[in-house]
Amino acid sequence: MAENLVQLQGVSKVFDDTVALAEIDLYIRKNEFVTLLGPSGCGKTTTLRLIGGFEEPTSGTIWFNGEDISNVPSYKRQVNTIFQRYALFSHLNVYENIAFGLRIKKMPENVIKQKITKMLQLVNLEGYEKRDVDSLSGGQQQRVAIARALVNEPDLLLLDEPLAALDLKLRREMQQELKNMQKQLGITFVFVTHDQEEALSMSDTVVVMKDGKIQQIGTPEMIYNEPKNAFVADFIGESNIVDGIMRDDCLVEISGRLFECVDKGFGRDENVDVVIRPEDIVLTPADDAKLTGVVRSVTFLGVHYEMIIEGHDGINWLVHSTLKEPVGTTVGLSFAPFDIHIMKKENAS
Amino acid sequence: MKKATFLPYLIWMIMFIVIPLILVLFYAFTVSTPEGYKLSLDNFKRFFEPVYLKVILRSLGLALVSTLICLVLGYPVAMIMAGNTFSRRDVLMLLFVVPMWMNFLLRTYAWLAILERNGILNIALSWLKLPSVNILYTNAAVVLGMVYNFLPFMVLPIYSVLRKIDKGVIEAAHDLGANPVGVFTKVILPLSVPGIVSGVTMVFMPALTTFIISRLLGGGQFTLIGNLIEQQFLVVGDWGFGSAISVIMIVFILLSMGIMSFFEDADKEKTLW
Amino acid sequence: MVKFLKKCYVYLIFAFLYVPILVLMVYSFNDSRSRGTWGGFTLRWYVELFQDRAIMSSLYYTILIAVIASFVATVIGTLAALGIYNAKGFKKKLTMNLTYIPVLNPDIVTGISLMILFVFAKIQLGFVTLLLAHITFNIPYVVLSVLPKLRQLNKHLYEAALDLGATPNQAFWKVIIPEIMPGIITGFLLAFTLSIDDFVISFFTTGSGVSTLSITAYSMARRGINPKINALSTLMFLLVLVLLVIVNVRQEREEKKGKDGKNGSKARIGSPSPDRNDPQFGPDWL
Repeated sequence: MAENLVQLQGVSKVFDDTVALAEIDLYIRKNEFVTLLGPSGCGKTTTLRLIGGFEEPTSGTIWFNGEDISNVPSYKRQVNTIFQRYALFSHLNVYENIAFGLRIKKMPENVIKQKITKMLQLVNLEGYEKRDVDSLSGGQQQRVAIARALVNEPDLLLLDEPLAALDLKLRREMQQELKNMQKQLGITFVFVTHDQEEALSMSDTVVVMKDGKIQQIGTPEMIYNEPKNAFVADFIGESNIVDGIMRDDCLVEISGRLFECVDKGFGRDENVDVVIRPEDIVLTPADDAKLTGVVRSVTFLGVHYEMIIEGHDGINWLVHSTLKEPVGTTVGLSFAPFDIHIMKKENAS
Repeated sequence: MKKATFLPYLIWMIMFIVIPLILVLFYAFTVSTPEGYKLSLDNFKRFFEPVYLKVILRSLGLALVSTLICLVLGYPVAMIMAGNTFSRRDVLMLLFVVPMWMNFLLRTYAWLAILERNGILNIALSWLKLPSVNILYTNAAVVLGMVYNFLPFMVLPIYSVLRKIDKGVIEAAHDLGANPVGVFTKVILPLSVPGIVSGVTMVFMPALTTFIISRLLGGGQFTLIGNLIEQQFLVVGDWGFGSAISVIMIVFILLSMGIMSFFEDADKEKTLW
Repeated sequence: MVKFLKKCYVYLIFAFLYVPILVLMVYSFNDSRSRGTWGGFTLRWYVELFQDRAIMSSLYYTILIAVIASFVATVIGTLAALGIYNAKGFKKKLTMNLTYIPVLNPDIVTGISLMILFVFAKIQLGFVTLLLAHITFNIPYVVLSVLPKLRQLNKHLYEAALDLGATPNQAFWKVIIPEIMPGIITGFLLAFTLSIDDFVISFFTTGSGVSTLSITAYSMARRGINPKINALSTLMFLLVLVLLVIVNVRQEREEKKGKDGKNGSKARIGSPSPDRNDPQFGPDWL
């Protein structure tokens, strides 16, 4: 068992009347890159702010290195944060921004200088010491924010959607750099984002959240390939989510047709959600297909075509395929047993 | 829409703002002689006579003291209002500004009823068995009047600067290990400097130029620059000297505005000279 | 606990701001000339106030001048704002700086400089000069109220109107003017309030027999306390309060209407405003 750096035990947070977090249990191991992923309002930022000490939990305990820190103010925690929109001090220049935390700790000037020089190298900002932070580009401000946090050598770095303000290309670069820094420095990262691609490409562990609850925790591969419920499936990548009925172990009925699958343990004739990724649907000639549909639209997306195919009972299937079928043709739809993901219906609504 | 519709305005402003100011300059820099007006600095020289120097020093002194008191009283108000102590912040701020909209003269006059010998203040003091105070017609009353009238000018700019400080910046300071005192001295205070400067100027300038407060609460014998100007124009009839004092007053104001714009954010696009 | 202390402090400051006004109001109903004693409730000072010919005449002039001055200032100021908005370069800069002069100049300087002008030009000090002075210090505030509305305007609105077949004249009256109307009304109300409130500039630019309420109150106040002024103050304070409420309610409605996009100009009359060049900042720039 690897050591747990942070552990949240039954942590809830209520703002006025709204429940932001409902009894969360979560642990973060040392040197892990953990991403909290979910739509806005899912509680991911609240979780981060609780770990950072900017909010106190309504109930539950937060452990850090085996100590209860639930009510310790943020300035006494060995945790640093990179904020949304960076929160740089506009009255200080780049050097003084990075020096802020060290100055508070009353470090000698020569040590401060040494550390900052090293940091500026790490974030590729040598020569920017005297610059006004407002005169920097978004990407540069981002680097200053990273340096300002990392120079304190925290045990844990919290990142609150740090890349949201950058354009796509810069974002990709920074994702790579952040990942490299994390490996190089061996610091635990907790990263908050609503961008599933970002989450999948950077993390060791992804925590998918919704409505103040954790939906699934796992490696990116697990989350993508074995989504635990329809929400996760839909949120991580595009999915077809259709109604199905379990007729037996490993046998599901979709659109009135029986398909072989790999899931067991459901009740006989239980209503379930069936999730199938658009790239897992194979188009076949209509003649001997179990399931057929009519092509309603075709959009070219570069790597593949995206097609909407209306099934015989009116269900619209989203299909990704490198081959194009003209609008109006009838095609067959088939999928391999292990590409059919069966999920329990979320509260029978 | 392409026509220069500001022409009437331009003409109006030149006639009633620019030309009058030129006239003030003209009177300030000339003396009337039998052969007509002559360029001269005599009006400004008179200013250095001890009687008048004293007036200007008293004006500067009282304005400075009032500004300081406003800052000390006002900064905490601005900070509390900008924080989350109150839930209906907007209503409170509005209530704060409403007294400002009552006629300045009447607001000052209100203090007469409070400060005079048989006024509310002394009645209250005698109830409490405390000795009565007579500060009406003293410097203290003038300062009180200035603080009362100009305090909102100090609070508002500081408040709005404090409101604009990104909460993230404060959290970042906490995050980097600064305790509440450190956050205040190292982050909030430096960041609110533009608001302080703006507030100081906005209190200092009207405090320097007022003549009503000193006239009503300071009584006849407490002359400030404003009273001096008024006297020169309405009582003595020495327009040259009156204009010269006005010019000096404008210089003071331009100076303090210069200091202020030095502190102001460069990214504000404002056409200020 | 800290929160409690904070609240106490703010309430104390509020008391400091409001007590003098309340004292005035209470005294205006006091049936005794001496302030030391409470002689019972009376409306006598209000009755006397309305029977005082000097006060009634100055009330008449105050309102007359405020109405005419704010109307003229609104017309000239709105035109000016439109012109400034469309102008470029030097002309724009020059006009904008001219706008700031009377806003930043101490009132006493504006007052004496206008007085010099009128005497120099041999215009009899009185109603006309008072009116000219009021228009002069009012216009910049109208300009500064209308300009922000113009800046918020979608640049293509005018072109869209032309595109839909409106003549330039129609586009101006049917599209541009309605769009900036809130700014114009704000400017008008601001000018009106400032005009009623002004003392210093009026003091220097009026003459023979023409007096505003402020001037009358000043000459009465110089002679000491007068219960009639208390009554007058109470009425004037309530009047300004009503005006403020009207403006704010109107703006709140405006904000609700224009919640989408950039229309939510938050600036309100009498509400906190960061900017010293902002017309919102009180009328008392002495």
